[in-house]
Amino acid sequence: MSLSFLLLAVAALCALSFYFGRQRAVALSGGRHSNLHSLPAHYGAYTAAWCGIPALFLILIWYMFQGTVIETLIISDLPAEIVNDSGQLSLALNSISLIAAGNGEHLSVSPEIIDAGRRLGNLQTVANVALVVVILSAAVLGLAVSYRKIEAEMRARNNIERIARYVMIGCSAIAILSTVGIVFSLLFEAMHFFTKVSPLEFLFGLEWSPQTAIRDDQVASEGAFGAIPLFAGTLLITLIAMCVAVPIGLFSAIYMGEYASPKFRAVAKPALEILAGVPTVVYGFFAALTVAPFLRDNGAVLGLDVSSESALAAGLVMGVMIIPFVSSLSDDVMSQVPKSLRDGSYGLGATKSETIRNVIFPAALPGIVGAVLLAVSRAIGETMIVVMAAGLAANMTANPLQAVTTVTVQIVTLLVGDQEFDSAKTLSAFALGLVLFLVTLGLNVFALKVVQKYREKYD
Amino acid sequence: MAAVSQSAMTAEPSVEKPKMTARNLDLFYSDNQALFEVNLDIAEKQVTALIGPSGCGKSTFLRCMNRMNDTIDGVTIKGDVTLDGRDIYDKRIDVVQLRARIGMVFQKPNPFPKTIYDNVAYGPRIHGLVNSRDELDEIVMTSLERAGLLKEVKDRLQSPATGLSGGQQQRLCIARAVAVSPEVILMDEPCSALDPIATAKVEELIDELRSNYTIVIVTHSMQQAARVSQRTAFFHLGKLVEVGETDQIFTNPKDERTKGYITGRFG
Ligand SMILES: Nc1ncnc2c1ncn2[C@@H]1O[C@H](COP(=O)(O)OP(=O)(O)OP(=O)(O)O)[C@@H](O)[C@H]1O
Ligand SMILES: [Mg+2]
Repeated sequence: MSLSFLLLAVAALCALSFYFGRQRAVALSGGRHSNLHSLPAHYGAYTAAWCGIPALFLILIWYMFQGTVIETLIISDLPAEIVNDSGQLSLALNSISLIAAGNGEHLSVSPEIIDAGRRLGNLQTVANVALVVVILSAAVLGLAVSYRKIEAEMRARNNIERIARYVMIGCSAIAILSTVGIVFSLLFEAMHFFTKVSPLEFLFGLEWSPQTAIRDDQVASEGAFGAIPLFAGTLLITLIAMCVAVPIGLFSAIYMGEYASPKFRAVAKPALEILAGVPTVVYGFFAALTVAPFLRDNGAVLGLDVSSESALAAGLVMGVMIIPFVSSLSDDVMSQVPKSLRDGSYGLGATKSETIRNVIFPAALPGIVGAVLLAVSRAIGETMIVVMAAGLAANMTANPLQAVTTVTVQIVTLLVGDQEFDSAKTLSAFALGLVLFLVTLGLNVFALKVVQKYREKYD
Repeated sequence: MAAVSQSAMTAEPSVEKPKMTARNLDLFYSDNQALFEVNLDIAEKQVTALIGPSGCGKSTFLRCMNRMNDTIDGVTIKGDVTLDGRDIYDKRIDVVQLRARIGMVFQKPNPFPKTIYDNVAYGPRIHGLVNSRDELDEIVMTSLERAGLLKEVKDRLQSPATGLSGGQQQRLCIARAVAVSPEVILMDEPCSALDPIATAKVEELIDELRSNYTIVIVTHSMQQAARVSQRTAFFHLGKLVEVGETDQIFTNPKDERTKGYITGRFG
């Protein structure tokens, strides 16, 4: 029985126990719900929860440990000379699992391995059967116990409230723990990298060419891991994007919020926000296939040497992508400027643009700065557009017409393709990821602080 | 006084030399009519108080007088409002200049989040009333002086206005309005957010300002109307019920509704 069948069976049992619990409550009430502490459905949900939740929890635990336990059992029976050599061991385990899955006929391996393979197969079958038995009996047990507990005075409603709270705590714990886990793995691998390349070289080195030898007999350079060109490229593209997004986003927000008639706003605002729903890949090929050639051709007409992958193309398109972000955030903060301030200004005979320039904009400035910082952190982390349009050459240049590369692009290229997992090249991706994470985290925290502080002021 | 016969309901709408007049003024918020046939004269260099139960249209009427209703969507206005005999809803009138001539002080103090100095200097700056920094200083000082605030703030002109107390903020808003040298100042419940002491100061101030400006004040306090105004107008359900000398309105109202309101029987 596969996992999906097991889950279906548990679900069916839950439905059944809901029915039973409800029936029992109805029977106890003698036809009058006011005799019960809670509604019949609460009793049903109570039994269903006791039937389903422990079973699901058990499944989770089981799968967390099944693999390790079985592997330990297999390894303990292997000859010592295989176990002590990690290379041989992983090879052997590989063949063993192939044999267990029934795909090992063509392997030429020692009889111990074949033996172990068969044993693994048996163990897996046993484990699967055991799982089904354990889970189903847990579900039935939960059903039985909670069913017996149902009485007229039992506070099923409050119990469900408690169960719901635990379920929600569990979900938030998963969300938080997985984030923490990712950060830690990032940190761990980055540390690993820094044992191979010094952090100083990484953070301040001017040359980036992460080519290292893949095999020992290959002739290859040592590889240079100075990340400054990547930071510079990221910065350049972000700057270009901001030059597009900030003025356009801000002015469109001002127009929408202060000038546009309600009818126009009702149409234009959602339209602008649709821009935010376009997948970044689409922006990416728009940048690579439309904007970049356009720039190159027109550059040639003007006598400029624009490379076919340029920081300008990527930056422009990224700016367009960020416009709705800037405009909707700054629209929010500007509409929070109280009407009384506008009235005060109009009452003194100020025109609309004077009011916006002298009163609304300064009052909203901290919030707008926060919005822009959030947009910057989006731009820094954006990947797809730059992968497709910015190029791979780690140039140190401030010329937007040339190709540059960014942190995100390099992470992608470092991890695509065959590499030893613990080579400096692969590990450097984690170090770059860590830097990226820290920078965007810092920007976000700072930006949120700024926005929040501003919010408090007018409440 | 030919205008008296215009409407039997408004007992004494006209005065000798009106600074502003409203004639047959109707106002609609989309489809809801908020003002019905209002006829009222505002006497020059006097304080006119507008009283009436909540929702009767006092603020709406006040906003008609400097066209602040223009900033609200869906407002339609019929009838005439004049300033010195000229229709302010005339197409040729520049609203911006009109509002410079008719200043407004709001119910809640609304200083801009700028320094005290910049708040007062706001109007003169946008209207280009001054040519030099010295002139601007001069205007700021006299305006603060007129608003009775100078003594309290002269050492902290460059600190943020939002740091002032509520009463000080309201007087700052009055100084801000005065700095543009308006001819008329409209005040919508200027003391409703203030404590009795700050209220007394603002009332004193209004009394002094009367010698230079024409003032219209909306108030919910009968005592305040009696203390500061020379003329009082009573609104009810969007209609002007009665207007006259403040003494007469409070001692000898002609309309039953007025009597009921000032004696506290409804409102
Ligand atoms: N912006 C608006 N949009 C639609 N209707 C409005 C608006 N402002 C006021 N009204 C309506 O117009 C009528 C008069 O309101 P107004 O604010 O003039 O009353 P008021 O006499 O100032 O009351 P209060 O003493 O409570 O301030 C009310 O019925 C109100 O609901
Ligand atoms: Mg009002």
